Amino acid sequence: MRLLGLVVSRAAFYAVAAVFACLFALPLVWLVFAPFDARANLFVRLPHPFTLANFGKVFANGFAVRALFANSIIQGVGAMLLVTLLATLMAYALSRAPIRGTDMLSYGLVLFSSIVTGTAAMVPLFLLIYAMGLIDTQLGVILVFTGGLLPAAVFIMRDFVDSIPRSYEESALVAGASPWRMFLDIALPIVRPGMMVVAVWTFVNVWGGFFVPFILLRSPTNMPASVAIYSFYTEGGTPIITLTTAYSLLYTIPVLVLYLFVNWRYGFRFFGGIKS
Amino acid sequence: MARVVFDNVSKHFGSVKAVDEVSFDISEGEFICLLGPSGCGKTTTLRLLAGLEQPTSGRISIGDRDVTDAKPKERDVGMVFQDYALFPHMTIAENIAYPLKVRGVGAHDRHARAEEVARSLGIELLLARRPGQISGGQQQRTSVARAVVHKPQVFLFDEPLSNLDAKLRVEARSFLKHLQTELGVTAVYVTHDQAEAMALADRIAVMESGRVVQMGAPLDVYRRPATTFVANFLGSPPMNLLPVGLELRNGGAVLRHDGFHVDVSGWREGLAQRFRDGDSLTLGVRPEHLQLAPAEADATVTGEVYTLEPLGPETLITCMIDGRLITARLFGDEPPALGKVAHFRVDPAHLDLFDEAGNRIAL
Repeated sequence: MRLLGLVVSRAAFYAVAAVFACLFALPLVWLVFAPFDARANLFVRLPHPFTLANFGKVFANGFAVRALFANSIIQGVGAMLLVTLLATLMAYALSRAPIRGTDMLSYGLVLFSSIVTGTAAMVPLFLLIYAMGLIDTQLGVILVFTGGLLPAAVFIMRDFVDSIPRSYEESALVAGASPWRMFLDIALPIVRPGMMVVAVWTFVNVWGGFFVPFILLRSPTNMPASVAIYSFYTEGGTPIITLTTAYSLLYTIPVLVLYLFVNWRYGFRFFGGIKS
Repeated sequence: MARVVFDNVSKHFGSVKAVDEVSFDISEGEFICLLGPSGCGKTTTLRLLAGLEQPTSGRISIGDRDVTDAKPKERDVGMVFQDYALFPHMTIAENIAYPLKVRGVGAHDRHARAEEVARSLGIELLLARRPGQISGGQQQRTSVARAVVHKPQVFLFDEPLSNLDAKLRVEARSFLKHLQTELGVTAVYVTHDQAEAMALADRIAVMESGRVVQMGAPLDVYRRPATTFVANFLGSPPMNLLPVGLELRNGGAVLRHDGFHVDVSGWREGLAQRFRDGDSLTLGVRPEHLQLAPAEADATVTGEVYTLEPLGPETLITCMIDGRLITARLFGDEPPALGKVAHFRVDPAHLDLFDEAGNRIAL
């Protein structure tokens, strides 16, 4: 009887787990199949008839192609470089400066940063960017994303910087290095995994961000892919499923490639610590 | 090789005086140990010399140069850290060659020199590995190699042996001493281990609460401790310290404790000049200067045997005397059994006396 009970409870567990797995997996499966289906709808099914024509139509849309392969990349990479560089320097300064209250400052910044890119701050942000003359520029979008993501990035980087023993830096100084040289030779290589995490995380955030570019950009030539996907809607406002899915599939590829590359090259971890 | 001078150097952290008006003069090629308990300011003193801390006041010079305000890289010192501080992302060869790299020595020359130093320290087979792949003793040697590779004027050691096990520590100790003698470079070595300091140093500076309380050759400091603190810190087991009353009567002088007395009439003149009958003093006697005596002998210390510790060549015997433990070091003698009464003769020639403030009374 006990064995039977065990089997039943196990089976029930797997059944429930399978339902949840399907809930998450089905949209992904749909995303992979639908672009190759000439008559795709909202149901998951094998492509019939199989076609590559959807991609042909997507590439014929110059606005959407430019958005994906130029604008999104410029905004994503720009914010990624800026956030990673600034977060590393700021985290280092916060970690090493003999100032009290830097911990509170870090926590406070993270707390408030969730507001900066949020909807509530959109009006003041719009006015600020307008006053700076950066409306309808890639730079305006990059700066707003950088401002919003930087505090959390500093927070992540601090953990990595804090894990470097002071004696490493001191021994470099005594060995004859200048402080800047010590930072480049010793601190930077040790926190590199953290920088990679921040870089990927920033890129993904900007890549998927819709609201900020939608508000700050005007001309179609500056729009990123997250906004340009609307060019595959009918004039009545309904998505053309064959084209939106084909475009979406292309839209996911750079993020996947970036993640896989960083994971293969540096390993992905969200905490500091020396792997010697 | 260079002379090192500390002139009235102080370092305060807020209201804490980590280093308090320390002055000393280290000759060229001398090996100095800064010895003291944790928090006595010895590591801060070393860091001041390395340039990792700025003194609050006073001057520091290396060679003929005043380096008080100089950056670490301008001081030409080599330092071995307590945790070795090897760079985890560099190979052993890169670690050793790093001081040459920042000095702009070409890749070929610096690796040749790193290999030469590694060979002299017996770690030439590890050059391609990383710090995480070698043992603690090998890391320690790598750290030493990195400190010597650019032929600095002064070596600094911050408790470099404290992370090694006991056997390796003794081995590394003789290796360091040999190396320093061979290279003849001035060395400053921080440790809290008195045996290490005694074994390595030409001179020991004993520190307490940020001050140097005594500086001298190891055996001088051991034989003539300036204060009860030094007497207690140096030697294992430390010097026995007993409170005694001074009796100056009938032309003689006697140190009296409840259980025993010692006749020190030979010192009467000196004692009478500074003390009066009935003054309290502290009597110090090293464990090796207490010898077993027959029960009927005069002027003995008598107590019940509390513990026996046979160490091979010697036996440590600890007795309880009026609630105080005193320890004797016996060579060869058969010690009395536990719980039995033991009698010890105190040789007045090997006594130390301290006044109430704990300062040595010179007689």
